[in-house]
Amino acid sequence: MMIPHRRTVLFAAASAVLAAPAARAQLTIDMTKPSFEPVPIAIVDLQGDPVGAQMATVIRNNLQNSGLFRSIPPGSFIEKNVGASAPPRFPDWRQVGAAGLVVGSVAQSGGSIKVDFRLWDVIAGAQATGLSFTSQASNWRRLSHIISDAIYKRVTGEEGYFDTRVAYVSETGPLNNRVKRIAIMDQDGANNRYITDGATIAITPRFSPTLQEIVYMAFGENKGPPRVYLQNVDSGRRELMGNFPGMSFAPRFSPDGSRIAMSLSQDGRTNLFEMDVRGRSQRRLTNSPAIDTSPCYSSDGSQIVFNSDRGGSQQLYVMPSGGGGERRISFGEGRYATPVWSPRGDYIAFTKISSGGFGIGIMRPDGSGERLLANGYLVEGPTWAPNGRVLMFFRQQRGGGVGLAAIDVTGRFERTVPTPTEASDPAWSPLIPQ
Amino acid sequence: MQTIKAIAAIGALMFIAACSSNTNTASMEPPSASTSVAPGSIGDFRQNVGDRVYFDTDMSSIRADGRDTLAKQAEWLKRYTNYPITIEGKCDERGTREYNLALGERRANAARQYLVAQGIPASRIKTISYGKERPEAVGSDEGAWARNRVAITALE
Repeated sequence: MMIPHRRTVLFAAASAVLAAPAARAQLTIDMTKPSFEPVPIAIVDLQGDPVGAQMATVIRNNLQNSGLFRSIPPGSFIEKNVGASAPPRFPDWRQVGAAGLVVGSVAQSGGSIKVDFRLWDVIAGAQATGLSFTSQASNWRRLSHIISDAIYKRVTGEEGYFDTRVAYVSETGPLNNRVKRIAIMDQDGANNRYITDGATIAITPRFSPTLQEIVYMAFGENKGPPRVYLQNVDSGRRELMGNFPGMSFAPRFSPDGSRIAMSLSQDGRTNLFEMDVRGRSQRRLTNSPAIDTSPCYSSDGSQIVFNSDRGGSQQLYVMPSGGGGERRISFGEGRYATPVWSPRGDYIAFTKISSGGFGIGIMRPDGSGERLLANGYLVEGPTWAPNGRVLMFFRQQRGGGVGLAAIDVTGRFERTVPTPTEASDPAWSPLIPQ
Repeated sequence: MQTIKAIAAIGALMFIAACSSNTNTASMEPPSASTSVAPGSIGDFRQNVGDRVYFDTDMSSIRADGRDTLAKQAEWLKRYTNYPITIEGKCDERGTREYNLALGERRANAARQYLVAQGIPASRIKTISYGKERPEAVGSDEGAWARNRVAITALE
């Protein structure tokens, strides 16, 4: 569902610059192969305006953090001041070991910014891709992410995930009296802001497909039961989702944003329900005396994977999104929780609890091919990047200390995701609508 | 509206009473019969009856020690009938956040059902789950986990 959005007008002209002969050579990477070397890439400060150096820093950081690229230190560059208007001296870039070279130019006037960028295939001596943008000057970070996505796509053949945001729970204060607020930041940690005030505990944020709304659970004032709220990110206006007698929690949008699945608890039983976001009608999805929670829709919206202890211990089940016909898909040792369906549809990620501790893993939707990617004293709550190639989750140290981490689906590159405070419960947004 | 105001005022006064009695009994644990708290006060309930029951890992069934505590709670609550009751269910950190919210609810409900079976009107008892969001004890060891698998009978 594409809702008309004020950002749609921001990028007035995004077009390919100089269609050059395609040259693949070694500027490509197949990330499904069992082993590969990161692509060495040189990213030159964009020329013409001081913001060009900041943009290059954002791009270097993105690509380096993906684990698929190695950013060559700018101090080692031989050719200086290379811009977008003329070809580079390829032998100079081959000498510093670059397979790819990113150059660009920036011009600002009257609050708007124009950016041209090119990715050169240094081995082939040819342009690999190039784009030109105009936008509001304040959008320079987003332009840097969009350029990063274009480079990622050209080299890997997959959509990028840098022009995205992450909602998470900011945690401050002593462990037995934590302030837990919902925060949103860019995927690289920039532009952090808080969308709840911390008066009561708020957890489990999830983005709507347009990123305009967040759904989350918050406790009430004066021991009011936890309930699900829908909040507009820009206006801050929030609405209670359903006036249920007991606790409502674990909300999740359907892929088209029209429905929200959640858990309701009453008399010790926890079942799954679904609400229409606009009409507010509600439907029961499960009816068991057990705990059914953490529902998540498949990428096409036709199925729901969830967590239930109906068989005695926490396991993963899949059912049609209208309910009925639940079937268990997890059969390994230990307990399984927090299933999340990949936007690509190929995997379900989960938290696994076994005698050895906690793990983050993936399995196919039929339960086959289970693979653990990360483990520790407590790792929990995976969320997918929109391209289905990277997971973010949270990691708590024994005795306290909690923060965000990201790992790719091969399990090769885990890194810490910086946040201004301690953090948990990340939710990765779709690509920001342009 | 007037009813709500009146209840709030009573609650506030009792909270003050509870605070003042807490200050001089805090150092007197473990609980033993004491004359330093007024009979029928929240301090009396906490100290001489016991306001919490504990659970085994990932379980919500009431243990034998919990049944004794809940039986004493029921006896006391039948004598002092003016307290609204909220049972708070909690879990240790070794579970996932959403599941633990539901497990805490199940624990609180197990304690509630026990009190109802002992004759406390169901309408008098609310439940709330904090899952693993508000631990009673800080720490990542068996001692802290055991204290966090709990249903606390809170009086207002």
